[in-house]
Amino acid sequence: MAGVLVYVESDGERVAPISFELLAAARELAQSLGGDVEALVAAADTGPLVGELGAADTILEVTSPALAGYLPEAQQLVLVEAIRARKPAVVLVGYTSAGLDLAAGAATATGLPVVAYCTGLRAEGSDVVADSQLYGGKLVATTTTSTPAVFSVVAGSFAEANGHAGGRGERIVTAPPAGLAQLRSRVLGTTGAGGGAVDITKAERVVSVGRGIGGADNIELAEELATAMGAELGASRPVVDSGWLPKERQVGKSGMTVKPKLYLAVGISGAPEHLEGMHDAGLVIAINTDGDAPIFKVADYGTTCDLFDLLPAITALLKPAG
Amino acid sequence: MHIAVILKQVPDLVEEVEVDSQGTDIDRDSVKWKLNEFDDHALEQAVLLKESSGAEVTAVALAADGVDQLLYAAVARGVDRAIRVTTASARTDAPAAAAALAGVLADMGVDLVLTGVQAVDDLHGQLAPILATRLGWPHVSVVSRVSLEGTEAEVTQEYSGGRMATLEVDLPAVLGVQAAPRPPRYVPISRLRQVMASAELGSAAAAAAAPALGSTVTRLAAPPQGQGAQMLEGRPEAVAEQIVALLRERGLVEA
Amino acid sequence: MPEVEPERVHEDQRLVFEGMDISGGWNRMFEQRVIWQHDISALDRVTGIPGAESLGYCYQCGKCTPACPVDHVGDYSPRKVFRRTQVGADLLTSPDLWLCTTCGNCLRVCPKEVNMLQIMPAVRERAVAAGQVPAELQKAFENTFQYGNPMGEPARKRADWVAEAGAPVTILSRGPRPVDVLFFVECYWSYHPRGRDAARAFARTMATLGIDWGILGAEEKCSCDSQRAAGERGLFEMVAEQNIATLGRYQFQRLVTPDPHAYNSFRNEYPRLGGAYDVSHYTQFLAPLMAQLPWQRELPYRVTFHDPCYLGRHNGEYDAPREMIRQIPGLEFVEMFRCKENGYCCGGGGGGMWLDSFTGQHTQQRLSERRVREAVETGAEMLVVCCPYEVSRFEDAVKSTGNQGKLLVRDIIELVDEALH
Repeated sequence: MAGVLVYVESDGERVAPISFELLAAARELAQSLGGDVEALVAAADTGPLVGELGAADTILEVTSPALAGYLPEAQQLVLVEAIRARKPAVVLVGYTSAGLDLAAGAATATGLPVVAYCTGLRAEGSDVVADSQLYGGKLVATTTTSTPAVFSVVAGSFAEANGHAGGRGERIVTAPPAGLAQLRSRVLGTTGAGGGAVDITKAERVVSVGRGIGGADNIELAEELATAMGAELGASRPVVDSGWLPKERQVGKSGMTVKPKLYLAVGISGAPEHLEGMHDAGLVIAINTDGDAPIFKVADYGTTCDLFDLLPAITALLKPAG
Repeated sequence: MHIAVILKQVPDLVEEVEVDSQGTDIDRDSVKWKLNEFDDHALEQAVLLKESSGAEVTAVALAADGVDQLLYAAVARGVDRAIRVTTASARTDAPAAAAALAGVLADMGVDLVLTGVQAVDDLHGQLAPILATRLGWPHVSVVSRVSLEGTEAEVTQEYSGGRMATLEVDLPAVLGVQAAPRPPRYVPISRLRQVMASAELGSAAAAAAAPALGSTVTRLAAPPQGQGAQMLEGRPEAVAEQIVALLRERGLVEA
Repeated sequence: MPEVEPERVHEDQRLVFEGMDISGGWNRMFEQRVIWQHDISALDRVTGIPGAESLGYCYQCGKCTPACPVDHVGDYSPRKVFRRTQVGADLLTSPDLWLCTTCGNCLRVCPKEVNMLQIMPAVRERAVAAGQVPAELQKAFENTFQYGNPMGEPARKRADWVAEAGAPVTILSRGPRPVDVLFFVECYWSYHPRGRDAARAFARTMATLGIDWGILGAEEKCSCDSQRAAGERGLFEMVAEQNIATLGRYQFQRLVTPDPHAYNSFRNEYPRLGGAYDVSHYTQFLAPLMAQLPWQRELPYRVTFHDPCYLGRHNGEYDAPREMIRQIPGLEFVEMFRCKENGYCCGGGGGGMWLDSFTGQHTQQRLSERRVREAVETGAEMLVVCCPYEVSRFEDAVKSTGNQGKLLVRDIIELVDEALH
């Protein structure tokens, strides 16, 4: 029972950035806890992915036609099988859609503890001390967990750059679990990003609206400002879930990741899921009447002015005179 | 077709969430609770399925102070019945909830379980995958649309970057709902009060004990202040001028 | 033409004159129009709703149309609502249902007592029950249910304004004691920045007068009068019962509120739910005490005054605010053309406060914008108000009509405070 197992996410062609963060975290943990950094990669064809996993000491490859396309049931079977076979001290899964499917499910299937929403991990003896963002980022819980255990890690918590090399890169091809023959779910189809005309991921300036905007009819205020600023309009998840703006404008974990030079957060509280989508933005300015909103922790400038007064005032200043 | 929708109350983050004197949990007495917003969407999805396919919907929640209110609200929204599940443990974390609910749901003979994809206090994992794994059912999380086709559910799952997939899942199954196809509907308070006066909540007792977590919270605290935002003060017009000046200084808008 | 029942027009006579076929009913009188043969089920559906019966009394005299403030900025009045419903429009799904601000000016001139103050809440209640609520109004309802105020502000911050009042304010929930005056602050004075300015001015004035008073603090909830008028009677009743229970725990002689909507509900609605109070609007309470105030300076402003619908037309109080304005030293007072009984509406009543974007799509300008233009026309440099909705509405309208620098908006209590310091 040793080592750190990283569940590698991919679209079948490229390894997802979160997986490099996990590999970086795994290396830090493995140095204290001992054992190897192992990367589990499960796909129809792992060929294109293996080359990117140089940070792992061993790369566990599971290939099967049943692993074409991401299917939670199939991936959980593979992960559970790997945990049983490799008996790692720590299992790391990204806090992504896949992480929401797999971390707690695999932990339950293997009888391991699971700690979610982790932003920091360190070993203490044979335990792992984790920091987790709870209550929309308003509080941080520090936990001590005996190993073996599963942790789901929030994107942006570890340096992706440290997760590309430094391992032995030995490949171990593992037979797919028998359960893949009797799956009770299937992938019918996928749609890629960019279905709509808007692509906020490339915008240099983003004006992003959150729940504080109050209603669909008030979006206009932000739209006018975005136009005056030459910015794209973004939104937090609640705004999209309420149908006030279309999905392609959603910034955050289940939406887009943006890296604009300017990110103006309007009425956004700054839940971790949102911050994940904009933490690489250049200048961040936040407008929120709640001075305690977590967005102010990541913003460069902030104000508690009422957005209904402030937005038109900024728009007016930016509009050409006359 | 019998659908169960699992509801849970979480602290309302608009109100203050304070840490208790031990420093390891929130001060549960001072918290104002509300329905987990993702559960709200799961509930809407369940009612939409009832309307489109005639499915029977039961709302289920672990018994706790204030939970009856959630269940009455669910009845007012259109579920057929609501059940509170009593447990021996006071724990409400997802592993404990899943242990309590798995047996009850199996006894009820449900075909589909819907619940919110996550909650703001899910430190020990999310309910949907834990519950499904305990029941031995397939599960999908981050679901934004569900339709029923015979003994299968067709669901849309969302990923980052705006990608989506359509999955087909054999029933019984558990789905973690991110968003219903439409925002949760409004329930007039008169209907809610009518329901509170007339509807009977069912109850069930959970047989299973809460499993050990293997993990201990040693500290719960506000995140370190660090380099927070520099706050701009003044009347809106003055703040607007400061913001525009900042943008111009940095060449982010035309001078 | 649907007005003519085709079967009753007989045009089957054949006639050929000098080779020209002029068959038809060319030489006969049409029978009288049989208007009861219209399908008036749309109207019946509305007048069948308890409270909405009087819409059917309309005989289309049209007196209400020039009186209706919404018609000045759009196409609306009870007469028009009646007519559209009579010819088949479904009021429950029409934008017409949400445009009425329940200002009450139509009822004043209506010879048939078509009562929009009852019709609108009753019909809206049906729409709310069917889930047909404009999104912004739904949000206000949800916020009121969850937080006790339509803005969705935390209940715990309701008395935060007290900290900077510059005068002691007793918060009864923190230290119960009998008081002479229980001041029901209401939501906009509790949370809106400009409302808080007024609340603080009020606190200082009360201190100057040496009055024994207190507020409920975080326990106070919206009086919900506007939510009731907007069709959420169940919400109104629930929150009103909570307020009545809260008020029942404290000892006070009289209830005073700055909000005409709250005043209206305490005077006319709460008694039916078992909450009977000696209630005054703050202008009614302070007007008789103005002579005791130690004025420090004269205010050299030319001012005009906007009557709140729910203080004036709904409850007959036109004098108290004018008396206060008269006694503030230095002010020059000028009435607007529309004032007192015929006062214009700011657009905030009847749920309009939470429907600005919705109404914006169905009117040419906001009522508050029109009213600000009327105020500017008087030559006044200051528009004085005494309803918590109005400062924010009119200040916004001053900006949107390009009258910045020409017109200031102040609550009366802010002027009192200014003249005392």
